[in-house]
Amino acid sequence: MTSIPLEPLAVPTDSIGLVSPQTVLIEKPLTLACGIVLPSHQLVFETYGTLNSDRSNAILICHALSGDHHAAGFHKGDNKPGWWNHYIGPGKAMDSDRFFIVSVNNIGSCFGSTGPTSINPETSEAWGADFPSLRARDWVESQKLLMDHLDIHCWAAVIGGSLGGMQAMRWSLEYPERLLNAVVIASSMKLSAQNIAFNEIARRAIKSDPDFCDGNYLQEGKAPLHGLALARMIGHVTYLSDEVLGEKFGRELASGDFIDGTADPVEFEVESYLNYQGDKFSNAFDANSYILITKMLDYFDLAREYNNSPTEAFAHAQCKFLLISFSSDWRFSPQRSQEITDALIRAGKDVSYAAIDSNQGHDSFLLPNSRYQAALGGYLNRVANQLESSQ
Amino acid sequence: MNQNFNFISDWIKPGSRLLDLGCGDGSLLADLTKNHSIRGYGLEIDSQSIEDCIARGVNVIEQDLNNSLDNFADQSFDTVIMTQALQAMRHPHLVLDEMLRIGNECIITFPNFGSWRTRAYLAFRGRMPVTKQLAYEWYDTPNIHFFTYSDFEALCRERNINVLHRKFIAEQFPDNLLKSLWPNLFTETAVYHLSR
Repeated sequence: MTSIPLEPLAVPTDSIGLVSPQTVLIEKPLTLACGIVLPSHQLVFETYGTLNSDRSNAILICHALSGDHHAAGFHKGDNKPGWWNHYIGPGKAMDSDRFFIVSVNNIGSCFGSTGPTSINPETSEAWGADFPSLRARDWVESQKLLMDHLDIHCWAAVIGGSLGGMQAMRWSLEYPERLLNAVVIASSMKLSAQNIAFNEIARRAIKSDPDFCDGNYLQEGKAPLHGLALARMIGHVTYLSDEVLGEKFGRELASGDFIDGTADPVEFEVESYLNYQGDKFSNAFDANSYILITKMLDYFDLAREYNNSPTEAFAHAQCKFLLISFSSDWRFSPQRSQEITDALIRAGKDVSYAAIDSNQGHDSFLLPNSRYQAALGGYLNRVANQLESSQ
Repeated sequence: MNQNFNFISDWIKPGSRLLDLGCGDGSLLADLTKNHSIRGYGLEIDSQSIEDCIARGVNVIEQDLNNSLDNFADQSFDTVIMTQALQAMRHPHLVLDEMLRIGNECIITFPNFGSWRTRAYLAFRGRMPVTKQLAYEWYDTPNIHFFTYSDFEALCRERNINVLHRKFIAEQFPDNLLKSLWPNLFTETAVYHLSR
């Protein structure tokens, strides 16, 4: 048998392959929690898989603080896949062969959907720091308008990690009849004081940058790159565990040495890594968006309007829930997921909870893990089976 | 459900709230949900069992029974059930108290260490029994407490626990007369329905 030399593949075969984003102008007014009305807003989103004939197999992906619409597959020319590529694709936990998966960049972010870098029609200038304050429910409202635009009546599942999980929970309370399942990963019903503290340090870092110009840096033709990089470095450390940082970098040196009599400046690998991550991020993200969305996280309190009773809150939900936490996550610890689970049980809702062992910290929800894969994949496999048998 | 345990469903009101401590692959909960319309949750720590529960649509919570059950409110379930796990608990008597704090009633099954089979094993071989019900060597067994149904009844009396029903099962010993005369000898699995 002659072997024919194959062309090198542009993208790994186990991914959804090449994808491209779509843009939609939602022309229905969106009343934000702060009272301000956006007469229209733009959303950028991607979809993976095919919507079935009764439009019942759609999954909504909710991104976290720094996420975007590009959750899976590859953009043309890119060598890095979307941020949840380990779990979205053909045959993966979120199986694009069986589900129609919708991933949207939310308002207030900075990847093409209406946000601080967009033009405010009233002033014909970028919104900048004047972009209205947002709550997680505003993202849910906007996602609901996208749902209507796509003519989807009920999500098979709404799925998210971290801030994404908060949106999934909010969906279950705001539109209980419009989703069958909520998958809440490494999330919390509200931030702890420590969480808010880290977010405030990050915001202060941004605001302390002279190029921040009180948030009007776009008008001044500047960008607070240094402050935003610092903010990201702080956040990044908290998303990892002590153990995984030690494993990855230890005390290895990127440059210099400790030999007596040399004046070589020493840089640890971990310093080099963090600086690189900070700089990469500050060139890709908007500082006002970072401030806006960290505030959204701080303000989130699932049960506030339900007499501060999570059980009373979840009494309004009608969907089934899957909760997942990671042992080394100290931003949204397993205890937070246990609290959500307890409230759901008290409210008499269907819930399963998997507490996954992982040393990767909060970032575990993005990384390969066989138990995580099995729990999420097993749960969604059952959802798909039920949809397919009722077709 | 194992046919021998069908009578358990007679002890559970249809539509009631059920908590299964150590629910395994979830087959009991799945069966009672389907045929008895219960609303059930299982606690489990074995990852394969958790996956099995998720696959069959049983509510399963990853939680270690040897740690606190404080997250469950007093009398928040109609029935708390525990099958073949009491002997593996660090403090069986405290778990029993917890079951009757969380549930109005509880159902508990355990291997009877006083059955003729285990007695004979110890008496004639001089070794700790390894039977179908107790299929481990002494050094690697998760079953860290060995007790007979008489021991269990003594504990219930001591803690003012009412026995609503009791049922003794010997899969390989169907002689009901012998079982009723000497239950501790001819019972391999004891099943109790309890309340405070």
